[in-house]
Amino acid sequence: MTEQRIYIQGMVLNEDTRCTLADLCRLCGVNAELVHDMIEEGILAPEGRSPQEWRFTFVAIKRVQTAVRLQQDLRVNLPGCALVLELLEELEELRRISRHN
Amino acid sequence: MEYKDYYQILGIPREATQDQIKQAYRKVARKYHPDVSKERDAEAKFKDAGEAYEVLKDPEKRAAYDKFGANWRDGQDFEPPPNWDAGFEFRGAGYTGADATGFSDFFESLFGQGHRGGQRQHVFKMRGEDQHAKIIISLADAYFGAQQTLTLNRPAVDNSGHVRTSPHRLHVAIPQGIIEGQRIRLEGQGLPGYGGSPPGDLFLEIAFQEDRLFHAEKRDIHLILPIAPWEAALGATLTVPTLGGNVQVKIPPGSQGGKKLRLKGKGLSTSSQRGDQIVTLHIVVPEAKTEEQRNLYANMAKKMPFNPRAELGI
Repeated sequence: MTEQRIYIQGMVLNEDTRCTLADLCRLCGVNAELVHDMIEEGILAPEGRSPQEWRFTFVAIKRVQTAVRLQQDLRVNLPGCALVLELLEELEELRRISRHN
Repeated sequence: MEYKDYYQILGIPREATQDQIKQAYRKVARKYHPDVSKERDAEAKFKDAGEAYEVLKDPEKRAAYDKFGANWRDGQDFEPPPNWDAGFEFRGAGYTGADATGFSDFFESLFGQGHRGGQRQHVFKMRGEDQHAKIIISLADAYFGAQQTLTLNRPAVDNSGHVRTSPHRLHVAIPQGIIEGQRIRLEGQGLPGYGGSPPGDLFLEIAFQEDRLFHAEKRDIHLILPIAPWEAALGATLTVPTLGGNVQVKIPPGSQGGKKLRLKGKGLSTSSQRGDQIVTLHIVVPEAKTEEQRNLYANMAKKMPFNPRAELGI
């Protein structure tokens, strides 16, 4: 007897999907003020002029989630989160290069 | 249940001051924070440190914990003696931290359920927590798409109110053309909500298994192709492996080592994004083993005047 399996189709968070401010807040469980502060700090750079028009790439979700964890777990403030995120991305890139050399 | 040596976890002596405990915790937390550290068991160490700090930062809990003395060793089998906490008063909830579900059975048996007081009497509603996991897939699975069954350990509260981790099986479709670092969001597959609220989401981050032949850089797949000097000089049509199977590739005459050829669409492609395979030529020089073979090289040197170091000015 073969077992009938249902495979869950997730949503891929990739470079061509965009989400609105409301989506981002819902996905990350944060309020719009925090997103606004993160934009001011340069952690997020949405397309569009006004909050209604803002579109975030799905990379933004990861950045918000990481920043929230850094704030809660290590008491890093927002400018600190911006710095950590930049350094982490640089580190990631360097690790990727060094892996193949 | 295993005894946990909270002092050892934070790397401090049992007589450490409250300030030293705080400093030690902050240091360990920064070092093993799962977003920052790439160490294999960073998450477990981070959680252990959080649990240790939760107890040691509170003088009352610390005093109760210290009653066990220094005879216990980390990992030793442990049952708390009956009424071990007589004479100590715990104020408020058992957990002052937010993430109670992440703590160990050891913590739970000492400071959990029984000490929570009134907390459980009022129903509170909260969306379940999001869960994050990393899955390692082969390049072929990323190229073709795949179906995978995962087992995640997740904390669950049993009938007697204790937190235990139990395996949770999930069947997940890996879409074609997923790349390293991308995440798949599975709505409602995170931890259950409280008081009838919806569950959280599960985020799966993709990592690739090391492959013997290929490596991926974003959407492009790289392969080093060894070729003979005459194939490079005269040109050739060669069989080249790709993730989708072998293909024929034309090497133009006069190709140098290090030259890159792009095989369009042979990388990690989706319906809207194209990845290519980049083939880097690597010229392998055959060893001259016989007199005749040595003569061939000598002949070449005579008939093909050539200075490979011209650019060095020598």
